[in-house]
Amino acid sequence: MSYSATLITVLVIYLLANLAIGLYASKIQARKDAAAGKGFVNNYFIGGRSMGGLVLAMTLIATFTSASSFIGGPGVAYSRGLSWVYLSMIQVPTAFIILGILGKKFAIIARKTEAVTVTDYLRARYKSPAVVIISTVALILFFMAQMVSQFLGGAILFETVTGMPYIWGLVLFGVVVILYTAIGGFQAVVITDTIQGLIMVLGGFIILYTIISVGGGLEAITTKLNTVNPVWSDITSGGTLAKNYLMSFWVLVGIGVLGLPQTAVRGMGFKNTKSLHDAMIYGTIVVGFLMLVMHFAGVLIPAILDPNEVKTADYVIPAVVMKHMNPVMAGLFIAAPLSAVMSTVSALLLLASAALIKDLYLNYIAKEKGEGAAKTDAAFTKKISAMSTATTFVVGFIVFLFTIYPPDLIVWINLFAMGGLECAFLCPILFGLYWKGANATGALLSSVISVAAFLIITTQKISFFGMTPIVPSILISIVVFVIGCQFGKKSDKETIDLFFN
Amino acid sequence: MDQKLTERERNAQMKKEALISVAMYVIFFLWWYFTGYGLAGENQSYTMGIPNWFLLSSVVGYVLFSAATIIVVKLFFKNFSLEEAADDPEAAKK
Repeated sequence: MSYSATLITVLVIYLLANLAIGLYASKIQARKDAAAGKGFVNNYFIGGRSMGGLVLAMTLIATFTSASSFIGGPGVAYSRGLSWVYLSMIQVPTAFIILGILGKKFAIIARKTEAVTVTDYLRARYKSPAVVIISTVALILFFMAQMVSQFLGGAILFETVTGMPYIWGLVLFGVVVILYTAIGGFQAVVITDTIQGLIMVLGGFIILYTIISVGGGLEAITTKLNTVNPVWSDITSGGTLAKNYLMSFWVLVGIGVLGLPQTAVRGMGFKNTKSLHDAMIYGTIVVGFLMLVMHFAGVLIPAILDPNEVKTADYVIPAVVMKHMNPVMAGLFIAAPLSAVMSTVSALLLLASAALIKDLYLNYIAKEKGEGAAKTDAAFTKKISAMSTATTFVVGFIVFLFTIYPPDLIVWINLFAMGGLECAFLCPILFGLYWKGANATGALLSSVISVAAFLIITTQKISFFGMTPIVPSILISIVVFVIGCQFGKKSDKETIDLFFN
Repeated sequence: MDQKLTERERNAQMKKEALISVAMYVIFFLWWYFTGYGLAGENQSYTMGIPNWFLLSSVVGYVLFSAATIIVVKLFFKNFSLEEAADDPEAAKK
């Protein structure tokens, strides 16, 4: 078999395994949930709250580790050196802080209110249709844009490594991820996340081992780096990476992720406090490992590749793979970034579908039926089940089409997706859990104004002490939230009792 | 079966755990900042060709934080039932 045929065979086997395991696990869970009397909505969107520690840790990591951790990030580290690894290590405490702050509180509230989405929680906390609708729209828009960019990243990688047209790669992993997400729901998403997370760890070992052995050991490599890329050991990358800029990433990838609905919702799906504690430990170890190893690998690459072999930053890792790995290893390694793509897309896809079915349809259109009916009325359950699967398919298909013909608007929205989500959700989620004074007025104003501020600051390139635009935007969201809560109706006693006793 | 706490105890415990999480975050930041920017510069020292500011901030920092996570979770984070509270009126009726 030729090099690329072997490589593609390895990838196809891996993708089919994901599909099979995802669907099988969801079938088993559906049977268990049906026996325990948990309804379809609860099963499809949150997996009957049955995640254990390893699965919780892996799904959290797989969701926020995207293709850029494997391709773009190491590509930047290639020229910037250790300062970029230093920056990426900000993410070490991320899993810990997300689970430590949101985990138990979210778990209890979600059980009391039967919430399966972050919007469910916002609805219970703020009792405001405006908050629900605005957050749902923000979520769907930003998620679509993020999914398209993930698919694009994966497809381009596929094209670079195999030499086949990128549409083939897209069809291959796009169809697999849409299928298992649409049919299997949450359980398929988290079990595949776990496999994908383990493959990512394996990918980290493979790339670092390859580079160090090709380069003749760490000492030989570092000696060579001193001549080929002298800024590699400088914390400012030769004066190009300012301290304020680097530090402001603590806000974007550290604190801000508390406001990402795709990570926050993981706090609603775990089984018990022991799963949470285990996940905090596994999560910290695995995130740190991935960030350290992948970016450090990028730093070492100048010692084993000539500059003329590298066209762009995104080409650094694929170039090493093609030049120095046998096709089976290459297939296993490329499975890692594709896993990162699939796990991120599957999480977003399911949440986008949940937003449409659960947050909009069940709340506002099929209101008279309500959530209770979904459990007792068999015909209605069947209808919701068919609708949910169909909605996931349709959203997935639209994303697929957008990836083939990317509309300018989607490309533009993606630039703001992560920061925009953080601005829209951080304060309403965090203050709602820990501050009795939080109310709908504050939540609404804070989301709308800070997202607008974020757009303006980014597009007008307004500088704020040389930090990334997310820092002033989050500050604005906090100030607006606190001021906004001084006006408008206070939360009623029932809500306060439910959340704070 | 996990121990049941009253609503008040549960909330107090969760608040304590959230504060500990924030404290851990701040401590990691300080470690990262001072070993990184503190040791980097013109005359930075190296171990086996790798700058010490990087080894301490990013490698040792990561290992220490992982160890600290294990210790803190075992010592200060409590297991309790997420489903029912000890003073839940419905549970009391049963």
